[in-house]
Amino acid sequence: MKILVCISKTPDTTAKIAFTDNNTKFDTSGVQWIINPYDEWYALVRAIELKEKDASTIVHLVTVGGADAEPIIRKALALGGDEAFRVNADSHDSFYIASQIASIAKEGAYDLVFTGKETIDYNGSSIGGMVAELLDFPYISLASKFELNGTKATITREIEGGEETAEVDLPVVVSAAKGMAEQRIPNMRGIMAARTKPLKVSEPVAVEALTSVTSFGLPPAKAGVKLVPADNVDELVRLLHEEAKAL
Amino acid sequence: MSVLIFVDIAEGQVKKVSLEALSYGAKLAEQLGTSAEGVVLGTPKEDLAALGKYGVSKIHHVSNPALDHLDAQLYTKVIAEVAGSTGATVIVFPNNMDGKSIAPRLSARLKAGLISGAVALPDTSNGFIVKKNVFSGKAFANISITTPVKIIALNPNAYPVRTGEGTATVAAFEAKVDSPRVKVISSTKASGEVPLTEAEVVVSAGRGLKGPENWGMVEELAKVLHAATACSRPVADAHWRPHNEHVGQTGIAIAPNLYIAIGISGAIQHLAGVNRSKVIVVINKDPEAPFFKAADYGIVGDAFDVVPKLTEAIRKIKA
Ligand SMILES: Cc1cc2nc3c(=O)[nH]c(=O)nc-3n(C[C@H](O)[C@H](O)[C@H](O)COP(=O)(O)OP(=O)(O)OC[C@H]3O[C@@H](n4cnc5c(N)ncnc54)[C@H](O)[C@@H]3O)c2cc1C
Ligand SMILES: Nc1ncnc2c1ncn2[C@@H]1O[C@H](COP(=O)(O)O)[C@@H](O)[C@H]1O
Repeated sequence: MKILVCISKTPDTTAKIAFTDNNTKFDTSGVQWIINPYDEWYALVRAIELKEKDASTIVHLVTVGGADAEPIIRKALALGGDEAFRVNADSHDSFYIASQIASIAKEGAYDLVFTGKETIDYNGSSIGGMVAELLDFPYISLASKFELNGTKATITREIEGGEETAEVDLPVVVSAAKGMAEQRIPNMRGIMAARTKPLKVSEPVAVEALTSVTSFGLPPAKAGVKLVPADNVDELVRLLHEEAKAL
Repeated sequence: MSVLIFVDIAEGQVKKVSLEALSYGAKLAEQLGTSAEGVVLGTPKEDLAALGKYGVSKIHHVSNPALDHLDAQLYTKVIAEVAGSTGATVIVFPNNMDGKSIAPRLSARLKAGLISGAVALPDTSNGFIVKKNVFSGKAFANISITTPVKIIALNPNAYPVRTGEGTATVAAFEAKVDSPRVKVISSTKASGEVPLTEAEVVVSAGRGLKGPENWGMVEELAKVLHAATACSRPVADAHWRPHNEHVGQTGIAIAPNLYIAIGISGAIQHLAGVNRSKVIVVINKDPEAPFFKAADYGIVGDAFDVVPKLTEAIRKIKA
């Protein structure tokens, strides 16, 4: 059993969002970088749990990014995982990134590819589906549970107002959402071990990007809150009805 | 050249997000001077010709029991076939759970640039530029699609449903359908409940409610408003509420017309999932709660006192 977990680097959830270069670039000054929470808490931890259950399982990590992604991939290795790949490329185009991941995945003949549900900066929820298509694997998105029985996976995914459980034979690509696993904190042993785990850097395969960012912007600020006294809920209802037209 | 819209159905019923996608696609077709057509897979229980009132002239229907459940791989192949034979240059999906499974696959299959999470019609004055949410709703990006065929996945509640006159011609589309590799074995649906991602009104509560036994008043309020219920992350983590109610940066992102937050402090990670709501009402006993800065209306007060009164007041005007 070989698992590939896709790890991306995102700004810390409290990072101040601002743009530079005439609103064409994210302002990274003072930003702390973290592993995208969906990749870390759900995809990676679930993969490690599968390895803990079956010691013959191999967990590899992949990130597409510059050298500045290495602290993130080392932290992911500290949580678990046997070795990591970094494809040396910086891109915001989902298809470009997915093509790099698919190329690594093909070479390693993985049974299972985990991604996070989405990156919290780009919010694409796209890369898993694209990788699946490029590999011609089935794809289950927004999975909240993943169980393995031999080469058959039982996967629960979120649907509107409920859940759906399906069976699929490996190989498969799965995007991981809340419910898959619980967040873990790396321990000292893991951190020490991660220092010597292999991190292989490779150059990207040639692919054309399909999209490009032309500019960023911030939503208009709220006008400010209108407070209503607690003993006058009728006034709130009136405002919602007549002024905000929300009722 | 035409605009093709994927019409997502559940148990035979056309989802509201699909009506939004149809309205959006029809408007876009008008903007491009072309026609809008829809594609339906599986077994609908509604009259498909009636979808014409959202602005589409034709519905391609692929009927096959293998398509009654989502297998993204099968769906992608079939939609690619329909898109090819109709000469679609723009394909619109709702950016809901199913859309998120299919649109990226189709993008990779057709080498067609995808914008997922679009919130407005494209700017086609110079190229093809689509506005989408990024940084979990804290910002937006304008992204240019540079390929001949383009795919847009439209965020729920980002575009209004437009109804007019008209009926669509319904044409059976014969597609080659492989046997599914994904076998659905069960599904649970919370009956009578409004799905969170489709809800126009959402009533949400946090740790300020002290325990799961106090959610009765939240559900009452949701009921009179025909609203979905949501919660903050610690509430879901403590299993006071099911995890699919957790909204925020690491939960579900929503954009209802009205979001009522009760006993939620308004941490930045919570706001990330709800700040695109059109109107935000905050009920919190602490006047310093950060949520008031992101709110349109607020009451500083005890939820246990305010919420039942609010429910009554709304019941009165709804009557
Ligand atoms: C990486 C990361 C990701 C996260 N993702 C999310 C996410 O997706 N969603 C999310 O919600 N959180 C998320 N969090 C957690 C977030 O930081 C907050 O801790 C959380 O939102 C707080 O939940 P709360 O407002 O319910 O509880 P609290 O912060 O405890 O706030 C309770 C509020 O209730 C008020 N209150 C108490 N009693 C009453 C009463 N009787 N009447 C009225 N008001 C009362 C208090 O004044 C207080 O403001 C994340 C955190 C991290 C680090
Ligand atoms: N640069 C990257 N390198 C490796 N994996 C990535 C990268 N970007 C995104 N992913 C994976 O794809 C998932 C979905 O990303 P997105 O489609 O951008 O929302 C993430 O949760 C990651 O698991």
